[in-house]
Amino acid sequence: MPVVDWCALMGASVCIKLRFEPMNEVMLLKGNEAIAHAAIRCGADGYFGYPITPQSEIMETLMEKRPWESTGMVVLQAESEVASINMVFGGAATGKKCMTSSSSPGVSLMQEGISFACGADLPMLLVNVMRGGPGLGTIQPSQSDYFQSVKGGGHGDYKLITLAPNSVQEMADFVELGFSLSFKYLIPCMILADGVIGQMMERVVLAPQKPRRTAEEILAECPWAANGKPNSRYRNVVMSLELDPAKMEEKNEVRQQRFRLVEATEVRYEEYLCEDADYLIVAFGSSARICQSSIELLRAEGIKVGLLRPITLWPFPTKVLSKYADTVKCMMSVELNAGQMNEDVRLAVNGKVPVYHYGRMGGIVPTPEEVVDALKSHI
Amino acid sequence: MSNPIINPENLVYEKSRVLTDNVMHYCPGCSHGTAHRIVAEVIEEMGMQEKTIGVAPVGCAVFIYNYLNVDFVESPHGRAPAIATAIKRLNRDRLVFTYQGDGDLAAIGTAETIHACNRGENIAIIFINNGIYGMTGGQMAPTTLVGMKSSTCPMGRDVALNGYPLKITEILAQLEGTCYVTRQSVHTASSVKKTKRAIRKAFENSMEGKGTSVVEVVSSCNSGWKMSPYEANVWMEENMFPYYPLGDLKDK
Repeated sequence: MPVVDWCALMGASVCIKLRFEPMNEVMLLKGNEAIAHAAIRCGADGYFGYPITPQSEIMETLMEKRPWESTGMVVLQAESEVASINMVFGGAATGKKCMTSSSSPGVSLMQEGISFACGADLPMLLVNVMRGGPGLGTIQPSQSDYFQSVKGGGHGDYKLITLAPNSVQEMADFVELGFSLSFKYLIPCMILADGVIGQMMERVVLAPQKPRRTAEEILAECPWAANGKPNSRYRNVVMSLELDPAKMEEKNEVRQQRFRLVEATEVRYEEYLCEDADYLIVAFGSSARICQSSIELLRAEGIKVGLLRPITLWPFPTKVLSKYADTVKCMMSVELNAGQMNEDVRLAVNGKVPVYHYGRMGGIVPTPEEVVDALKSHI
Repeated sequence: MSNPIINPENLVYEKSRVLTDNVMHYCPGCSHGTAHRIVAEVIEEMGMQEKTIGVAPVGCAVFIYNYLNVDFVESPHGRAPAIATAIKRLNRDRLVFTYQGDGDLAAIGTAETIHACNRGENIAIIFINNGIYGMTGGQMAPTTLVGMKSSTCPMGRDVALNGYPLKITEILAQLEGTCYVTRQSVHTASSVKKTKRAIRKAFENSMEGKGTSVVEVVSSCNSGWKMSPYEANVWMEENMFPYYPLGDLKDK
């Protein structure tokens, strides 16, 4: 293809637009780096964060890419996770696509802001590249923030749409998916990854650069946004306070209806060799990658095991697990924690078959063979 | 108007159209009503009603959005400067200000306040300092004077137990990011005029990209102080002003 100097032909003013080449790009990236690239490419307006291992490459990559010079995306290192989540809150309140990322201790600090964002029904993208806890814990991978992510975390009745990537490709893909689900339902979306997915390098196909939304597009998509009150409308106040109990209950009920809609329409999961399975392993994120290898080992021995991988941890794939409870002999959840998702599997199965748990903590990642042995102990 | 109470030629003052018709919930004698009115008048005089985004605090003034007819974002306690940071950086043509009390700005939000000022965010911070937590019922604030009584220091603020009242405005004036730091009051006609000029300057600075402006308003909370409005103003002059002297701390 001949190279045309479009900038020279059409004048410098159109150069910015021509940088958005509508092409996929294949790169070898860490999961954390993929998040940063995907954020720029999906037209995010702002990233606000605070360094913490094992996810610091997200902000480092953004600072290196300098998207404020290309797409106009704002990137700012805040003084704390408390500040960064509130910066996301402020940006989101004006209808902008804003995100933050952190790891477990930092996400604990953000819970106040997340609760306020849910109370104000604000769309935003949060990324938690989990490490082991509680407390300062370890910088090694863990999945022990499952409860915090899917059961609330902060105060009040709320849910986060929680996406669990198991590859670098999904780290990239879930950025745009997370923003779109969040803006569709006005519920913050969490990408719940772990140190393995954040740090490992894989081939990833990055989507073409999209332009950021224009002011007009934001006005159309977010009529609730507090971005300056024209004379033609009543003032917009982005808030979570309501002192009248009846009104507050109604506000909560409307939110709960939205949660029911998400549960009915946005469940995502992946099935691997489940059709003829006698036993079902349920695992998400990096654990699911290990379990795929375990299942291959088990199948080589003639033991029919399938893997159900929840992609949305909330909404949880309850119905499909209930269906498999009618056909398998038992289920086992495999998690890098003491048995958190296990409780949701049990609720879905509702006592129809035994549900076991195999979990490792403290940053230990099990080998496929250890998972094989764990399953065999229940057969 | 078909039947005006005051003929136009006799009209010397009217309520700013940036103020709503809602009846304010503030106690009689409270400084918030006057401070709100000044902010509304400045927004109106600058022609910025359509381009203003305010950030409301937690405290009595959380309901500021009921009284000022501009877009507002309600902040978690103390986080207003962080919220305003992102609003302004993502909406550069907007006038962005926070309105915060002493507990909000100088206790729970100290980090957000200092770092927003230190980054020189192009926002204006209106800081209402009445030395007490009004909304929760009169507890000790970071700015409560030594010996001053509150429901959590009923014998008066004891330095050995509670430390010293925090002169946060002096700290903010030291930061490179602030361009204008001033301390005013709204308890007399002349102080209202001075405060209005200060808020105007703060708002203009933020639109000109000069950095962070901080306008502290030393205020009275006669309900929290358990005084009449008049007694509270006299007490403020005699006790608050010596520790929190009025005037510009920085104007660059």
